[in-house]
Amino acid sequence: MKVGLFIPCYIDQFYPQVGVATLELLEKLGCEVGFPLNQTCCGQPMANSGFEHLAGSCSQLFIDNFSEFDYIVSPSGSCTLHVKEHVGIHPKGGIYELTEFINDVLKIDKLDARFPHKVGLHQSCHGQRGLKLSQMSELNAPGFSKPEKLLRMVDGLDLVTLDRKDECCGFGGTFCVTEEAVSVRMGIDRVRDHVKNGTEVLTGGDTSCLMHLEGIIRREKLPLKVMHIAEILNFSN
Amino acid sequence: MQHSEAADIFNKDVERTTWHDETLWWVRQKRDKVAFQIPEWELLRETASQIKNNVLSNLHDYLVSFEEQAIRNGVKVHWAADAAEHNQIVLSILRENNINSLSKSKSMLTEECHMNEFLSHNGIDVIDTDLGERIVQLRQEPPSHIVMPAIHLKKEDVSDTFHEHLNTEKGNNAPQYLTEVARHHLREKFLERKLALTGVNFAVAETGEFVVCTNEGNADMGAHLADVHIACMGFEKIIPKREHLGVFLRLLARSATGQPITTYSSHFRKPCEGQQMHIVIVDNGRSTQLGRKDFRNSLKCIRCAACMNTCPVYRRSGGHSYHNAVAGPIGSILAPNLDMTKFADLPFASTLCGSCSNVCPVKIDIHDQLYKWRQVLVQSGHAPTVKKLGMKAMNFTFSHPAAYQLGGSVGRKIMKALPFLVNNGMNPWFKNREMPEPPSESFRDWYKKNRKK
Repeated sequence: MKVGLFIPCYIDQFYPQVGVATLELLEKLGCEVGFPLNQTCCGQPMANSGFEHLAGSCSQLFIDNFSEFDYIVSPSGSCTLHVKEHVGIHPKGGIYELTEFINDVLKIDKLDARFPHKVGLHQSCHGQRGLKLSQMSELNAPGFSKPEKLLRMVDGLDLVTLDRKDECCGFGGTFCVTEEAVSVRMGIDRVRDHVKNGTEVLTGGDTSCLMHLEGIIRREKLPLKVMHIAEILNFSN
Repeated sequence: MQHSEAADIFNKDVERTTWHDETLWWVRQKRDKVAFQIPEWELLRETASQIKNNVLSNLHDYLVSFEEQAIRNGVKVHWAADAAEHNQIVLSILRENNINSLSKSKSMLTEECHMNEFLSHNGIDVIDTDLGERIVQLRQEPPSHIVMPAIHLKKEDVSDTFHEHLNTEKGNNAPQYLTEVARHHLREKFLERKLALTGVNFAVAETGEFVVCTNEGNADMGAHLADVHIACMGFEKIIPKREHLGVFLRLLARSATGQPITTYSSHFRKPCEGQQMHIVIVDNGRSTQLGRKDFRNSLKCIRCAACMNTCPVYRRSGGHSYHNAVAGPIGSILAPNLDMTKFADLPFASTLCGSCSNVCPVKIDIHDQLYKWRQVLVQSGHAPTVKKLGMKAMNFTFSHPAAYQLGGSVGRKIMKALPFLVNNGMNPWFKNREMPEPPSESFRDWYKKNRKK
């Protein structure tokens, strides 16, 4: 099973530790992982801004980089969704967000990880409502959550219950600057929900949401640590 | 004013924004509670969606059938191609009957057509009889929400408005007192008005009847006391059969306010003896929308506003920031059809979180249409030049690995060495958020050192 690791541009540039954790975790779980060195971005920032028609060359580069793999796996729900819906690449095994891949393809039932902290999970909308990684609060349907299932396998981890379990954080791509006031307010409200319910470490499957929330947490000097879910699932000491 | 500017002003009042968000979130929670009591809720949504799909595919036949039945019932049917024609028809009915004032229950269509302004310019006095609509009318504001028109106002605001216009005690904010005064004020109007205008929630093609849903009974009070009843409807309000009301009435109030059903779901079929009944069927851009394959199913909307109540952006920017009769996510996919230049900002006033599509009782793919409108607007030349250039540069960088890697590495070094270049007032991110701390190496650098030999 050849897994192509897609590390979104902002993770590559600003959060290399998320890429490292994802790679180590997949290797630990027995995957043969390759990282095509010429990958850049999936093209989502252009497409969501209305410039999907410009992103053809970017999509082509993506296809060239990943055509040799059986699976494409990425530690980002949002970028995964974009690749699935708009890039036009169809690997034999499929395109997966990290927790989805571990749940649905690797189908593990235990994890060698220990993280004795109170953890609050931020559900990113594209992961949750787009990729259906967990049940959506709007629907009258049985509950499930792929990221939560994995977090519950981590020794010592205490998962926090939030007041609004799946409200958007307000990142929204270019929305975060074009609608700065609403974006920030949405982020502040998400962070407050975590503070109120005792989160020590805020985690999620999308570094873009986490970057936005961390920006607010650092500005407000709140005692919250932000980590990508891959870093927690890969954590042991 | 663009949505983002209006939202910026709205958010300056932090406490009020909190209150607005929490008030609408409470309505969303009420919706969840009552909707989830019905085990077949998702099946109901699917059924309603399919019925509306059928309607949109056979609209011509259903409209003709509706008209035939309505005429048989003794109703006068009018067709209006656009807002101006609609307003003119209403005015001509008033003139024919020598009437110069009317009572009006809630009708978003008349808001869309700006009928009140038109009629008052022509010397007609219009009284909105829905309490929320009356409050905003006294304040000379448009409704901020299609179901709860005055949801942006607190009881203190209502008290001030009533003190100014209805002589209530200054500072008396007691809801019971204020509604009692409004009730007496409106009761007088009901008794003196000879013409009543109502909206239409559902028009039944097989019978020619229509159903008007209110919680205050104001549509009934107006229509029953007046000599002339005019009902105005967008042509998408059609449902094929009376039995389909069993699907839509169960969905409408639960989605809108978390009630099992609206207090009044009134069926109108034919005029009483000595009374006139008119129906005005309006296009106003709907045919164009019907012809847009990606956007036609926005016409399935039954105006429940569930998408507004759940929308995290609407809750934190208020209905007026959408500068359109219908606000929120649904308004943002309907408005550009009417005027792409004026409403080019609205499809961007969303994070595309998708909650709207999930609550929609007729399963409109709202967030997907927001995405598609962005593409259409940009390709029709409605994107600012700066943005266009930025996007082109971005695409160049992301299409050329060497440019991307060099840009990333240089960018991070600059951020480290000269943080003020990004941490300043020109960068909207930095206004209320810290920038990420640039690491010394990218993941790619790490990978080359640690994996690739």
